[in-house]
Amino acid sequence: MESQNSKDYRKKKEYEQMVKNASPDSPIFTDCIKAFVSGGLICVFGQIMRNYFTSMGLSQDDTGLAVSLILIAIAVLLTGFGLFGKIGKFCGAGTVVPITGFANSVASPAIEFKKEGWVFGLGAKMFQVAGPVIVYGTVTSFIVGIIYYIAGLVR
Amino acid sequence: MDLFEDCLNAFWVGGVICVIGQILIDKTKLQPGRILVLYVVLGCILGAVGVYKPLVDYAGAGATVPLTGFGYNLAKGVTEEIDKSGFLGIFTGGLKAAAGGISGAVVFSWIAAMIFEPKEK
Repeated sequence: MESQNSKDYRKKKEYEQMVKNASPDSPIFTDCIKAFVSGGLICVFGQIMRNYFTSMGLSQDDTGLAVSLILIAIAVLLTGFGLFGKIGKFCGAGTVVPITGFANSVASPAIEFKKEGWVFGLGAKMFQVAGPVIVYGTVTSFIVGIIYYIAGLVR
Repeated sequence: MDLFEDCLNAFWVGGVICVIGQILIDKTKLQPGRILVLYVVLGCILGAVGVYKPLVDYAGAGATVPLTGFGYNLAKGVTEEIDKSGFLGIFTGGLKAAAGGISGAVVFSWIAAMIFEPKEK
């Protein structure tokens, strides 16, 4: 039975290796081409759905949400099958920057850490990356709101 | 609306937004998680100052699918909610606009965790 510490250590090593692999001393140009094409294609897929939903008579907000939900579902599914990491390794930022990256950042630790328990494993670790995103997103929108509100009073 | 032209605009704008992320990852060794945070905050600010909306109008999914679009939604949500319900909209507007995406990611991921086992490399 491996101790928790050595497990953690191994995890850390693996992670460092992952970071190394993901950010090699690298042909940055090739990385950028890959990111451009893959990220662009994900957006094209989104655009096709967008046109379809709009033609179905969905409002712009509903269309945006429907497209996001479908992309999120696909990214979560690919994460479950262990394919997202493989695709992501090739695409780099092309899969990280679209909403698929956000979905993967939730699904990946959720699956990974459920063995540490349903509450503080799955439930807590799910927000490892999404948590900070939501925190800073909310704070920024709050600041934007305050400024907008005061500007409205002055006007 | 011409589907081909829409897709072309979505492709190159979405692609460029991803390339900027790629350069940040390669040049600054910024972890992907930090990129996501940066993009949401940036999208929210660009949305607030009115720069992002024209981009959405031009590029459609090319601007809404990247995480900056998520940030733009927060800014759009909070300002619209303030117009509608006043002061308290400052607290509700942002997350209300983001609710669908967050709930989707959480629920789908929870279900995935029920079904799938971690993959050993």
